[in-house]
Amino acid sequence: MTLVAPAVTASPRAGRKPRRENRFAAWLFLLPALAYVVVFFGYPLAANVVMSTQDYTVKSFYTGEAPFVGLANYAAVFGNPLFSTAVLNTVLFTAGSLVFQFGIGLALAVFFSGRFLGSALLRSLLLLPWLLPLVVSGAIWRWMFDQDHGVLNAALRLVGFDAVPWLSSTGWALPAVILTNIWIGIPFNLVILHGGLRAIPASLYEAAALDGAGAWQRFRHLTWPLLRPVTGIVLMLGLVYTIKVFDVIMVVTGGGPANATQTLTTWSYRLSFGDFAFGQGAAVGNVLILVATLFGLLYLRSAKATLAEAAA
Amino acid sequence: MKARTVAGVLIVAVLLFPLYWMVNASLQPSGALLRPDPAFFPAGGTLDGYRKALASQGPNLLSSVVVALGTVLVSLVVAAPASYALAQLKVRGGPALVFVLLIVQLIPGIVMANALYTVFGNLGLIDSYLGLVLADSTATIPFAVLLLRAFMISVPRELTDASRVDGAGYWRTFRSIILPVSRNALVTAGLFSFLFAWADFLFAVTLTTGRSFEPITVGIYRFVGNQSADWNGIMATAVLAAIPAAVLLVVAQRYVVAGLTSGAVKD
Repeated sequence: MTLVAPAVTASPRAGRKPRRENRFAAWLFLLPALAYVVVFFGYPLAANVVMSTQDYTVKSFYTGEAPFVGLANYAAVFGNPLFSTAVLNTVLFTAGSLVFQFGIGLALAVFFSGRFLGSALLRSLLLLPWLLPLVVSGAIWRWMFDQDHGVLNAALRLVGFDAVPWLSSTGWALPAVILTNIWIGIPFNLVILHGGLRAIPASLYEAAALDGAGAWQRFRHLTWPLLRPVTGIVLMLGLVYTIKVFDVIMVVTGGGPANATQTLTTWSYRLSFGDFAFGQGAAVGNVLILVATLFGLLYLRSAKATLAEAAA
Repeated sequence: MKARTVAGVLIVAVLLFPLYWMVNASLQPSGALLRPDPAFFPAGGTLDGYRKALASQGPNLLSSVVVALGTVLVSLVVAAPASYALAQLKVRGGPALVFVLLIVQLIPGIVMANALYTVFGNLGLIDSYLGLVLADSTATIPFAVLLLRAFMISVPRELTDASRVDGAGYWRTFRSIILPVSRNALVTAGLFSFLFAWADFLFAVTLTTGRSFEPITVGIYRFVGNQSADWNGIMATAVLAAIPAAVLLVVAQRYVVAGLTSGAVKD
C-alpha cells in the first residue's frame, strides 16, 4: 500500500495578525513535527549524500571509518553495465504499469459511473487489491505464475498453448512483474478517475445526448477533455510511485533471473544490503531522489493548476 | 439495467480471482497443490495450512500488530498538534513546512532505509520495535499532517474564537474543540497509518535481522523464498496478513475511500 499526499490547499483565511505572546505557544504545537522532520528526514538525507562520497562498508560500522572517495561511487555505478539494465527495466516497468493500469482503471471508472444495481458495492470491492500488503499480492502472483503448478499455465494449457516459464526466463519475468503491478494499481486509478467523472455535470451529457451524440462521441468530446486535469494528476502520482516500487519485485522475482527485473530501487537495495557497498547504494538512491523529485514537482504544479481552475 | 449488474459482477470476479485463488490454495492439502491440474474448489479442504501458518508466523503477526499500533500512536501524537498549528494558527514558516512535507513524501523508501540503517546502527535501534515504529512514521507523519491540516482548515473560526473568548488557551482549544470535531479525520489518518505500517516490507526487511523479532511481511518473504513446496502454508499466511485490509474495507469503507480520494484531487 502506498500513501498519497493531499494536494496543496490555499488557505481561505487571510490577514488577522496573531498577538505576539501567542506566537511562542503556537510554535510549541509545531515543535514535535519540526523535530521529526529534522531528525528523521534532514539528518538521514544529509548522511545519505555524505555516504555516497565515502567508501562505506560493513567495516565502517565497527571502525567508524569511511574514507572519502569523492565521486568514485557515482563513477562505479554509472560505469557498471547493470546501470543501463536497471534504468531500462525501470522505464519499461513504469511505462508498462502506467499505460495499462490507467487504461483499465479509466474503462472501469466509466463503466461503474453508471448507476445500476450494486454498482457502489462492486466498486468498493475492487479496492481490496489496493489495500492488501504488497508482499501478499506478490506472493499470490508468484504462486499463480508457478511454471508447473500455477493457474495461469493451467489455463494456457487448457486452451492449447504451451506453458510459459514466467519467472525463470529472462524474457517473461519483466512482463510478469509488470502484470502484477498493473493488477495492484487498477483500484487507485479507478477510484480517483471515478471521482473526477462524478464532478462532470450530468446536464452536459443530457445536452449532448439531445444533440444526438453517441456514447463514443460523448466520451471523446466531453468526458476526456473535462477529465484531463484529473488524468494528469493520476498519471503523475502513478509515475512517482511506480519508479520506486520495491516490494512487488522483491517477492515475485527478487530482481532476477539474471537481473532481468532489476530496477534502480532493487539494485540500490542489492548494492547496500547484498553487496554491503553502502556508498554505491546511496549513489543510486540519490539518482532516484532526483528523478522522483523532478516528477513530483511537476505533479505539484499540475495539482495547483487544477485547484486554481476549480476555484475559478 | 440488469445486464450491467451482471457485467459488473463478472468484472469484479475476474479482478478478484487472485484473492479467491489465495483462499482456495490456503485450504487445500499441500500435495493437492502440486498436481498438474489445479482444483478450482477446496473440496476436501484442510486447515493444515492455517495450523502451519499460526505455528510459524503467529509471533510475526503479533509483532506486526505492535509495530502498526505504535506507528498509529506516534503519527497522531506528532501530526495532530502540528496540523492544528498549520491550519488554524498563523505560524510563520508554516507554508514552508507544508511544502517540505509534500516533498519528503517523494523520497523513495529505499533511500530512507539505506540512510536509517546507518543511523540506527549507531543508535542501537536495529532489531528494535521502537526503531521500526520511528522508521514507519517517516511515511505516515507527513501524510497524516497534510490530511489533518486539510480537514482542520475547514473547522469554522467561530468555534475556536468562541472558546478563546471564554478564556481557553491554545491547548484547551485544541483538546476540547479541535480534536473532537476532527474525529473522522483522525480515524482516517490512524487507519492509513496502521495499514501502511502493517504492510511495510522495506523498513522491516532492512532494519530487522530476524534475531529478536520479524514482522509478518518479512515472514512471508522468507517463507516464499525458501523454495518450499509449502504453498498452502504460504497462502494461509497471506490470508491472515490480508485480514486487516479486508476488515477495514468492510468496517470503515467510508474512511478508506475518504483517505484515498483526499490524496489526489480534492483536499
